[in-house]
Amino acid sequence: MLNHTLAQLSQELQAKKISSVELTQAYLDRITRLDPTLNCFVTVTAERALAQARQADAQRGAGRGGVLTGIPLAQKDIFCTQGVKTTCGSRMLDNFIAPYNATVVEKLDAAGMVMLGKTNMDEFAMGSSNETSYYGAVKNPWNTAKVPGGSSGGSAAAVAAGLAPAATGTDTGGSIRQPAALCGITGIKPTYGRVSRYGMIAFASSLDQGGPMTRTAADAALMLNAMAGFDERDSTSVNRAVPDYTKTLNDSLKGLRIGLPKEYFSAGLDPKVAKAIHDAIAEYQKLGAEIKEISLPNSQLAVPAYYVIAPAECSSNLARYDGVRYGYRCANPRNLEDLYKRSRGEGFGAEVKRRIMIGTYVLSAGYYDAYYIKAQRVRRLMTQDFVAAFKEVDVIMGPTAPSVAFGIGEKTDDPVTMYLSDIYTIAVNLAGLPGMSLPAGFVDNLPVGLQMIGNYFDEARMLNVAHKFQQATDWHARTPAAFK
Amino acid sequence: MEWETVIGLEIHAQLATRSKIFSGASTAYGAAPNTQACNIDLAMPGVLPVLNDDAVRMAVKFGLSVGSAIAPRSVFARKNYFYPDLPKGYQISQYELPVVQKGTLDIELDDGEIKTIGITRAHLEEDAGKSLHEDFHGMSGIDLNRAGTPLLEIVSEPDMRSAKEAVSYAKKIHALVRYLEICDGNMQEGSFRCDANVSVRPKGEKKLGTRAEIKNVNSFRFLERAINFEVERQIQIIESGGTIKQETRLYDADKNETRAMRSKEEANDYRYFPDPDLLPLEIDEKFIATVRLSMPELPDEKKRRFIRDYQLSAYDASVLTSTKEMAYYFETVARVSGSPKLAANWTMGDLSALLNKENLDIAQSPVPAEQLGGLVLRIVDNTISGKIAKTVFEAMWAGQGDADAVIEKQGLKQVTDSGAIEQAIDAIIAANPEQLAQYRSGKDKLFGFFVGQAMKATQGKANPAQLNDLLKKKLQG
Amino acid sequence: MSDLKQTDIEKIAHLARLALDTNDIPVYAQNLTDILHLVEQMSVVDTANIEPLAHPLPMSQRLRPDVVTANDEHALFQGIAPQVEGGLYLVPKVIE
Repeated sequence: MLNHTLAQLSQELQAKKISSVELTQAYLDRITRLDPTLNCFVTVTAERALAQARQADAQRGAGRGGVLTGIPLAQKDIFCTQGVKTTCGSRMLDNFIAPYNATVVEKLDAAGMVMLGKTNMDEFAMGSSNETSYYGAVKNPWNTAKVPGGSSGGSAAAVAAGLAPAATGTDTGGSIRQPAALCGITGIKPTYGRVSRYGMIAFASSLDQGGPMTRTAADAALMLNAMAGFDERDSTSVNRAVPDYTKTLNDSLKGLRIGLPKEYFSAGLDPKVAKAIHDAIAEYQKLGAEIKEISLPNSQLAVPAYYVIAPAECSSNLARYDGVRYGYRCANPRNLEDLYKRSRGEGFGAEVKRRIMIGTYVLSAGYYDAYYIKAQRVRRLMTQDFVAAFKEVDVIMGPTAPSVAFGIGEKTDDPVTMYLSDIYTIAVNLAGLPGMSLPAGFVDNLPVGLQMIGNYFDEARMLNVAHKFQQATDWHARTPAAFK
Repeated sequence: MEWETVIGLEIHAQLATRSKIFSGASTAYGAAPNTQACNIDLAMPGVLPVLNDDAVRMAVKFGLSVGSAIAPRSVFARKNYFYPDLPKGYQISQYELPVVQKGTLDIELDDGEIKTIGITRAHLEEDAGKSLHEDFHGMSGIDLNRAGTPLLEIVSEPDMRSAKEAVSYAKKIHALVRYLEICDGNMQEGSFRCDANVSVRPKGEKKLGTRAEIKNVNSFRFLERAINFEVERQIQIIESGGTIKQETRLYDADKNETRAMRSKEEANDYRYFPDPDLLPLEIDEKFIATVRLSMPELPDEKKRRFIRDYQLSAYDASVLTSTKEMAYYFETVARVSGSPKLAANWTMGDLSALLNKENLDIAQSPVPAEQLGGLVLRIVDNTISGKIAKTVFEAMWAGQGDADAVIEKQGLKQVTDSGAIEQAIDAIIAANPEQLAQYRSGKDKLFGFFVGQAMKATQGKANPAQLNDLLKKKLQG
Repeated sequence: MSDLKQTDIEKIAHLARLALDTNDIPVYAQNLTDILHLVEQMSVVDTANIEPLAHPLPMSQRLRPDVVTANDEHALFQGIAPQVEGGLYLVPKVIE
């Protein structure tokens, strides 16, 4: 049962084969048993979960349940949850009990989903391996010596290990897709503005986007139905109707035009990963898709531009953590400046400090044009590349990450090498496009992720394209042996 | 050497919206600390700003009133610096692309000459909270109720050449924002604040001198004093061989001096960049047209109309249009009484004198405009004399009812019965034969003596014109 | 190519109000220099005629009606504050 999809769980709850309280308790037990090994959760909210489960059972009993009512999920600890500790993986917020709910939390609560707890993540979502968390690294369920990816590593590992049937994630440069790939699950980062950012602790505001992390594309469709939509509290939220993403899951792929950017298959890509991706593409050909080689000529500039824009925004977004109104405050500040400097110096980890400093530097007098404005110009160029590509193809495919999961501690000493883990995912955030990762094979017993990039607001088609693949393959259905 | 003073003003007007510029918290003044600071104002993790439509409308209204182009697209930026009254660690403000770009405002100088002051820009931004320095065991207390209150920052060109000009400009902006009803103008509560950029240069020099920015000036009187102090300070420094440091200075009203602000000593690097949580503000013609329809008559237009329609002097029209409330009061008095001239005299004279004495705004006058109009009407229709009217006005001010009630109660109605006046005159002439003889022998001045005696005899109620006529006839015999 | 020196790191850390362990400064200098070298790869493309892009979607700012919607929640908010007194957040003395 703990391997069941959301659709299956929904049916079982509806048929009263199991109650939400039983299902929730089963997951809580599993978390108690297995999470000490994996470290997926920062906080487990057992009481809150059981209360929600009882309410869900009552709703279903009264015939008022929706499709997701009573199904447990894990929330990335970046979403503010009222009355529950919300840490963003940082010592800075280790004592922060959020005083309000994120829109995503409100929406999933309203859909009747049961929150099991808050998942571990790279500090303030800055990282690609979950090793920057104040709460320690998360282990990859496929090989606990490996990283789960990041920043939504706790969510990805929890779903892969069956500690939660689904989870939320956020993606600023690949933070849903890359851990989904490294943990062998399905994750979608919707179009920028599709899911409200209100209450989702900001890393880089013009890039951040929340989305579901699930076992299957069909599950992602169910969850995205509940998460997406206009929110008047977010100025960047798009006021546009949300389609029922489950409706078109089974549409035929005949004639689908898939673009393969040649830049995504060049040096730096592990040849074994490349083979797995080509095998997946071949599967799509069998499903009736046409394959077309395309070019995204400025791809190599994505990481450079991103490491100007994201740090610039983060340096400003994280200025609010000053030890005055909430969060960490250093002991015995000598004066105001000391309060600021030590609260922030002690409250933030090394990677966050690096990015704040890079951001501060690129925005400072004399460097703004050379770095920040230049990066915004490059951002437009890259966006134009995608716009041109989508005139010729319906979706773009390639690897999610250049390699499978790497070893814990392997890249922590060299930030730049770590940054290159997101080489294929970052451009999507810069352009604001929807991106997805789905399981597409194994290399050295570790999952490989196939990345799919869609046109703006084309999530329904992407989920359809992913679902058809999952109907034809079983990569997504594999579970790590140690966590069966 | 002769020095020329160069002044530019940055005026911060709190916009009179109900809620804050980016949040739904109230902007009402005087609430208990932090009770009007919501999660957005407190910069809780994850919160986001959404722009208040009335703040935009008010900014556009101001722009139209100074003949400015309204930017079809303006951008909110973040000004990054750390300060405890700035919860996000940045202030949201408009930097490169402000909503109001280039305008002008005419001010009237002492000699009646009109000078046009350039307005460089006006932009929307959010106010900060307040640091309270009373002793909390050596700590400061932070109240964030004011954080996020919308501000319109109005930046002038360095067009003013004296403290008087600067004050005249500031007063004109003050009147304007109140006419537009976009700011309550309350300087005590900090709704309207002026920063002055002051520099001096040798007369004839084209290049601007190094300027100091004076902050924390909360009255027009202090603005004038602060500028004058600063000008003297700068001249003294330069004349004794020193150079002016570009810095921010605080005006201390108690000591009447300016001093450098310690918190602003280090050169700031605000690292402005477009706020990624807010999108470009686009204002179309339709929006502007709607705002235009809501524009009131502006002070300068009103002044021209007063001169034209009421035949007032330029000076009187200026005074009477200095605030919307004053203009409204005057027009009511003029309408009720039918005499604009008398209405102007009374509004600017007796009424203003008492208001000043008791430190009241015209809107708080114990004598409403309709009542003063009623009083003036009784002068016009000869019910009472101008002199008696002053007595009646004092009674009205003291709350004894309207003019007719006071006249009735105190029996002040003017005597126009010529028989009664003649009787009184006859008695006076009879009682003062000596003065009569002197008058008749050519001492015309004594006419006044007889008028006084006759008025006294009629308790001031005799119609003055009638009394004069009759007295003249009788004295001539 | 920008190479950041120890003094640059100190200046940046001050602007960002970050206390750094003195021993870590050389490491930060190296890391940040490496990152800047990565970033400077942008110079290979000519962007002279390209407008900067700040937002991924071509939208304009939506306006909120001027209505008070927030309640007084200061007790809730101050329950998680490091130091408050009389409804005020306390900080070491602010010097103007």
